[in-house]
Formats: sequence, structure tokens, C-alpha cells
Amino acid sequence: MTPTLFTPWESLAGGALIGASAVLLLLITGRIAGISGIVRRLLPPYGTSAPVEAAVFIGGLFASPFLWTLATGEPVRQTVTDSLSLAIVAGLLVGAGVFAARGCTSGHGVCGLARLSRRSIAATAIFMATAAATVYGVRHILGGWPWA
Amino acid sequence: MGVIGALAAGLLFGVGLIVSGMADPAKVLNFLDVAGTWDPSLAFVMAGAIGVAAPGFWLVRRRKAPLAAQSFLVPPADAPIDRSLVIGAAVFGIGWGLAGFCPGPALVSLPLGTQGAVAFVSAMVAAISVGALLQKRK
Repeated sequence: MTPTLFTPWESLAGGALIGASAVLLLLITGRIAGISGIVRRLLPPYGTSAPVEAAVFIGGLFASPFLWTLATGEPVRQTVTDSLSLAIVAGLLVGAGVFAARGCTSGHGVCGLARLSRRSIAATAIFMATAAATVYGVRHILGGWPWA
Repeated sequence: MGVIGALAAGLLFGVGLIVSGMADPAKVLNFLDVAGTWDPSLAFVMAGAIGVAAPGFWLVRRRKAPLAAQSFLVPPADAPIDRSLVIGAAVFGIGWGLAGFCPGPALVSLPLGTQGAVAFVSAMVAAISVGALLQKRK
């Protein structure tokens, strides 16, 4: 597949911003910055889920690419799949998976590892392994998504 | 204050995803492609994020309560690993490896309006909603 540029410094700096966001959210609202959990909080039952705070956080995510372009004059560079079937299958698997695992890359992979949660360490090891195996299977065995 | 904090955190999180390269599925898929066009950048995202979050969390948790809520809502670090966690993480990884999107980068990409991001987020939110509905019935 097409190689991408190795960007250790930008990635480290961007990671530090993500970490700072998680610390800020915990300090102010007392909650973990797990994106799948925050999406879940938009849906009933609400109970203690503070849906307005969750919606505002997601509003911040939506605004971030525009803030980035305003600040740097650069567009957000990304290559997104143009296969509708791949996007839908992937979205369904990610949604079901993060719901059952109660967390994703942010809640388990960043916040959970940072606080040495046993469940998060297990979850991160598992999703990293199945993700790498999936990429291997699709790219090196199937030679691409077969239903594009 | 909770709302302003949540907005600031959301903006910071999103910009972090963009700066780090996580918002580009091509970079994510290359990070996962150890046997091919491997791009190790995303290991640095995790290092940067955990490097800030681990000491930050430790400091914050020395407080009795957060600034804008009664108490911290954080799951215990020694909660048991159950079947739902193992299967869920495995299924999530398969989806992540297919499109190169996990929930945060997908939401950041949604307003940019690519067909892939719109379809992915719609499917993801639909699946989470079905889960929430089933859970409510129990």
C-alpha cells in the first residue's frame, strides 16, 4: 500500500495534546475521556450521564478541524476509504465492539493504560492484535477489500 | 464550568488527533501494517498521550473531587476482565483494521463530509444505539 511519512515529533506532540485533554476533562468533570463512552452518553437512559456535557465535548471534536485550518491555513490531510460497504461494515463492528468492551482507543488505549487499569491493558492488547491481523489479512492475503 | 471544560477538552482532543496524524486512516492502517508499509508514528501518539495523562491523572486524583462535579466517575483499575470485554475488544479491532477509523478520528472527520466518514459514523452510532436499547430492556 501507499507509504505514509514517519512523523515522530508531530505524533508525540499531538499525543501530548490528547493526554492534556484527558487530564483537563478529569480535573473539571471527573470523567474519563473515552470517545465511545461519550457517544454512549448521548443516548438514553441518562441517569448520571450528563448528556449536555457529552454533546458539547463532541461539538468540540466537530469544530476541531475548522479550528486547525483557521490556525494553520492547512486543510486536514486524510485518505478515507471510498468503499461504502467497507465503511459500513467497519462502523458496525467498531460500534458493537466498543459498546461491549465499554471503551475504545481513547478510553482503554490512552486513559486506561495511563491509570494501569487491568481491563484496559487486556482490551488494548486484544484490539491492537485483531486490528493488525485484519490489516494483514486484507492487504497481504486478500489483496484488498473484495467488495469495493 | 463543566460545559466550558468539556468544550475545551473536545477541541483539544480533536486538534491533538489532527496534529498527531491519527485523523488520517491511511496513517493508522500503515501503523497496523507491520509486514508492509509500516509507519510507527502512532506509537509516538500513545507515548505522548500516556506520558502526559499518567502523571496528570495521578495529580488530579489527589483531589477529593473534580472542579465541576460531586465526585470522580472512574471505573476501578482492578475491575475483572469479562467475556464481553474480550469479545468486544476483538470485534472493535477488526473494524478498526478495516477502515482505519476508531471513534475519535471518525467524529473529527465527520464534518469534513467524506462519504466514508459519514457512512462509518452512521453505522457506528447505529450499532451503539442498538446496544443501548438492548441493555435498557434487560
